[in-house]
Amino acid sequence: MENVTILTWITFIPMLGVILIPFLPKAWEGASKWIALVLTLPQLAIAWFIFSHFNTAEAGFQFVHGPFPWISAFNIHYLVGIDSISVSMVLLTALISFVSVVASWGINKNLKAYFALLMLLDTGMMGTFVALDFFLFYVFWELMLLPMYFLIGIWGGPRREYAAIKFFLYTLLGSVFILIVMLALYLFSEGNLFDITQLANLDNHLGRLAVTDEFNYFRFFCWLGLFVGFAIKVPMFPFHTWLPDAHVEAPTAISVILAGVLLKMGTYGMLRFNYMLFPDITADCATVVAVFGVINIVYGAFCAMAQTDLKKLIAYSSVSHMGFVLLGMSAFTTAGINGAVLQMFNHGTITAMLFILVGVIYDRAHHRDINGFGGLYTLMPRYGVWIAFAFFAALGLPGLSGFIGEALVFMGAYKTFPALTIAALSGVVLGAAYLLWTIQRAFLGPVNEKYRDLPDISVREVISLLPLGVIVLILGVYPMPMIRLINASLVSLNEIVKPFLDTAGVVAGMF
Amino acid sequence: MEDFIKNYCWLIPVLPLVGFVFNGLPTAVGIKLSRAYVYTVACGVMLLSFLMGVGVFFTLKALPETAREFTNLVWPWIHLEAIQLDIAFLIDPLSSVMILVVTGVGFLIHIYSTGYMREDKDYARFFTYLNLFCFMMLILVMGDNLMLLFVGWEGVGLCSYLLIGFWYEHKPNGVAGMKAFIVNRIGDFGFMVGMLALFWALYNTGHATLTFTKLKTVVWFLQPQTILGVSAVTMICLCLFVGATGKSAQIPLYVWLPDAMAGPTPVSALIHAATMVTAGVYMIARLNFLFTLSPAALGAVATIGAATAFIGATIGFAQNDIKKVLAYSTVSQLGYMFLALGSGAYAAGIFHLTTHAFFKACLFLGSGSVILGMHHEQDMRLMGGLKKYMPITFMTFLTATIAIAGIAPFAGFFSKDEILWQAFARAVHGPKVYYFLWALGVLGAMGTAFYMLRCVTLTFFGTLRANDKKTRELVHGPHKDHHGHHGDLVPHEQPWNVTLPLVVLALLSLVGGFLNVPYIITHFFGGHSSGLFNEWLSPVIPLQAHHEVSSLEWVLMFKSVLVAAVCMYLGYKAYTSWQTGVDRFVKKFPRIYDAVYNKYYVDEFYHAVFVRGVLLFNKCCFSVDRYIVDALVNLVGRFGAVYSDIIGWFDNFFVDGLVNGSGSITDFTGAQLKKLQTGNIQHYAYGAVLGVVVVMILKILM
Repeated sequence: MENVTILTWITFIPMLGVILIPFLPKAWEGASKWIALVLTLPQLAIAWFIFSHFNTAEAGFQFVHGPFPWISAFNIHYLVGIDSISVSMVLLTALISFVSVVASWGINKNLKAYFALLMLLDTGMMGTFVALDFFLFYVFWELMLLPMYFLIGIWGGPRREYAAIKFFLYTLLGSVFILIVMLALYLFSEGNLFDITQLANLDNHLGRLAVTDEFNYFRFFCWLGLFVGFAIKVPMFPFHTWLPDAHVEAPTAISVILAGVLLKMGTYGMLRFNYMLFPDITADCATVVAVFGVINIVYGAFCAMAQTDLKKLIAYSSVSHMGFVLLGMSAFTTAGINGAVLQMFNHGTITAMLFILVGVIYDRAHHRDINGFGGLYTLMPRYGVWIAFAFFAALGLPGLSGFIGEALVFMGAYKTFPALTIAALSGVVLGAAYLLWTIQRAFLGPVNEKYRDLPDISVREVISLLPLGVIVLILGVYPMPMIRLINASLVSLNEIVKPFLDTAGVVAGMF
Repeated sequence: MEDFIKNYCWLIPVLPLVGFVFNGLPTAVGIKLSRAYVYTVACGVMLLSFLMGVGVFFTLKALPETAREFTNLVWPWIHLEAIQLDIAFLIDPLSSVMILVVTGVGFLIHIYSTGYMREDKDYARFFTYLNLFCFMMLILVMGDNLMLLFVGWEGVGLCSYLLIGFWYEHKPNGVAGMKAFIVNRIGDFGFMVGMLALFWALYNTGHATLTFTKLKTVVWFLQPQTILGVSAVTMICLCLFVGATGKSAQIPLYVWLPDAMAGPTPVSALIHAATMVTAGVYMIARLNFLFTLSPAALGAVATIGAATAFIGATIGFAQNDIKKVLAYSTVSQLGYMFLALGSGAYAAGIFHLTTHAFFKACLFLGSGSVILGMHHEQDMRLMGGLKKYMPITFMTFLTATIAIAGIAPFAGFFSKDEILWQAFARAVHGPKVYYFLWALGVLGAMGTAFYMLRCVTLTFFGTLRANDKKTRELVHGPHKDHHGHHGDLVPHEQPWNVTLPLVVLALLSLVGGFLNVPYIITHFFGGHSSGLFNEWLSPVIPLQAHHEVSSLEWVLMFKSVLVAAVCMYLGYKAYTSWQTGVDRFVKKFPRIYDAVYNKYYVDEFYHAVFVRGVLLFNKCCFSVDRYIVDALVNLVGRFGAVYSDIIGWFDNFFVDGLVNGSGSITDFTGAQLKKLQTGNIQHYAYGAVLGVVVVMILKILM
């Protein structure tokens, strides 16, 4: 489908909220959450439309809107479109946006600003995934940063300012690298391009950026700039320490968005830019990426086990789980890269559930110390069912979606990196250890009398969990619709990189 | 009928799932269900599932032997290039046996649970879990590919976790569940590696698949392949076997099973004796064509099996908790199954799995009945004389004990003797190490007879010790009365829903062995059958070539029965008339007794090395994260802040100082110069004169 406007709609519908909500009179402040909720619904509807009308056989871009000249002097266009790398992320963003609005229902400080910023964030996220012009991508990328900073910095926990600044500066540092590479691409491309679809044609890379047979250091540093920029977002070891702080301080819904969508932008960016524009260097560096992936998995799991703060534990488990994405995408097998993107989607839904659930207990007990609870299952049995479901999904229980992603990553990665995959498999054991240990400490055991009166999970909270839970369950037993959706472009992405794998002399099977 | 079964055999696992949903959903949202509804649903679906299983059996039986295999495709699961995995169920003689065991014993244990759990406040939750378990177990045994088997494999692990920690408010129960799951995951690690290695090794030959029926035809291609210089088949088999040691509680991963007794007794019977723990045996039997290719891997399986059979039996000698005795007995009996598999006698392994399901379920349920009768007392030192109070329980327990001890013609005799003979026969025709393994097996069997009779004697014979104050203090410590009952404890027999399953299982333990009468006995009576069971499984597990009917087999058979009988006698005597002798032995060799009593300190060792090690390591990791990685980030941040402070200061002091400075200099000079402007004519005149003088001096000097 060419030149349909729906991607523009799905991106900019939340902007209506940004415009409307500030004009609400103070007395109608409460309406802002309803406006936000109503605006996420058409997004969901469009997402469903995309899901059902996406041509799964087509590897190229679909639903393209544009290009329209934007800043003609610099050859900057408005161009949006999706392929099967980004389509699942668009669906995820729509879903998580809806869920996060529901999860924000309890916000009572400065409602108007909160929901206006949330809607701005929504547009920023959606735009990042649909933008096909590098400049446009960059604008959205930065656009999303700003509301995030305020959402953590104003509505966050006690150390919110430290966390917000750390998040902001860290990500901004990454953006600077991305910006530099963007300019390099602009300057060294045929006809000075920002258009990703054209930049993806390596013949357009000129001068120092030209693909050469020997190792091109200029291209390498461009690759590295992008990679570090995106790795900060993933977050990849050793750039991950902003994440636990940001999560701990962020309000529930923002944690949900952070883990559910923002982290995926890192790996999405790698696939879109590192893989598409620098396949030669990607091939050279694949082993290193895989090693970092495994470090993420194992190191993140060990760090998670050492936590006593429930939210921090889940933050570190995110570090661990995002490692699977890195490992899977660096294997250049169909299963590996499909598993990676599937893992991105599944981690989004599962971790969103986890953060909502942590929020539920934090709202009631006002702390998150794992050792400070005990016996919660007796007091909140319905909550306990959700916790068990989400935790087992997170530890990759077969039959739930987390397993499919991980299994495909393992299947795919083993062919290229058997030893690394075996090391990564230890994450499966460690994951079970830290998650079950958490259940044991906080939810089982004798009842803590202090919390005798805690109310069980509310209907509103269940509404925010239910769509996620249903998806986790369905994709666990019937993942084919999702796999079909994401497969085509990923296979062709592999094909782009593969020729360089042979010339780069990467010894497959070395690790 | 045939078409119905072929098209609807997916109902077998789905029925328990329906029960799970019907009981589980209302319970999850907080609706209190009536007990009658709960057990009708839970037992009803199990009965239907069992009937379907029977239907499957007869459908297969009606087919010619070569056609006894079909796959029921439910939907495609993961299809990606070489990976072709379906949600599909494989029906063949092996899975039909497993279906019957799981649904049959499962149904009986559901009935039993209606009695055992009748006073529990979480009645509905219990049956929800139990149904879910049966669903997962059926997925495990019916899955048509290794990945789907793994789904069931992990699923039963989940249910095991949930049910061990069923009474989670008591902390050790939850911990035991957690231990079970994590130890199993260590095994699963091996399983996953094995599965990946198998898939890609086959991929290299161009025959990538994980579907059993296809695997069977392509594993031959693996033979020349190597991994790290070792035969790929051996590596794969060993990895898969690591998975089996986890799930089936073999050395070195057996430690979770005794702790798993923290769960309700029906759970111990169903999951931790009859079905789930045999999953490893089933998996290897299912992949028999693969393991057969690697004698080395088979040797490892047999060695671990025999060692576990022996060690497990010895630990049984000194346990006081009736369920712990049975737990170690299960560990030991599972060892026999692996010894069978490792001897290449897969059918014998599955046969022992089946008879073990009968007699061990009977024993566990019997122990549950005893525990109920004793008002939740599990320590055998406080029992005794229960024969009088609980006659049905006693008779069934005794039957199962004779069966497990291997006395002809009870079920255990046929299955265990077959295993020992097969191990011996392999030693005769192959590696001599099997003589040693056989000897371990025989020793284990002797131990089994002894500790089982010890268990029966302590529990049922003699006089009741529960009301003896001194013994109670010895067991529970002084001033502690766990039961809260006042006055004397009077054990009582249980209602029909508890005793009926006992009777059925006892009958099966009595006659189950005749399913597989060894060739030598049939031959003696002029027949040619190599055992109905073996023949039934022959499409999946090829019949072994007949060895010559040797008198040696007769000798060994009689010998093992004789030895078992003697050991039973000793076990009885040692805890009745020779009690003082045993006590003297314990006093004389306290080290030996303590080591056995404390299960050779394996748990302590694991805890000290692995658990503590991991806890320490994760602290290290987090310290690195906090004090190095994050500290670096903060340092960079600080550096940025300090640097900007310096720049700010420089800017203020020098750059701005220069600007301001030039301003203030002008200002100052102006202010000073201003003073010259006095408006006084004499001052100006002085100035003019001074100027002239200065000019004149300069002129002169130049």
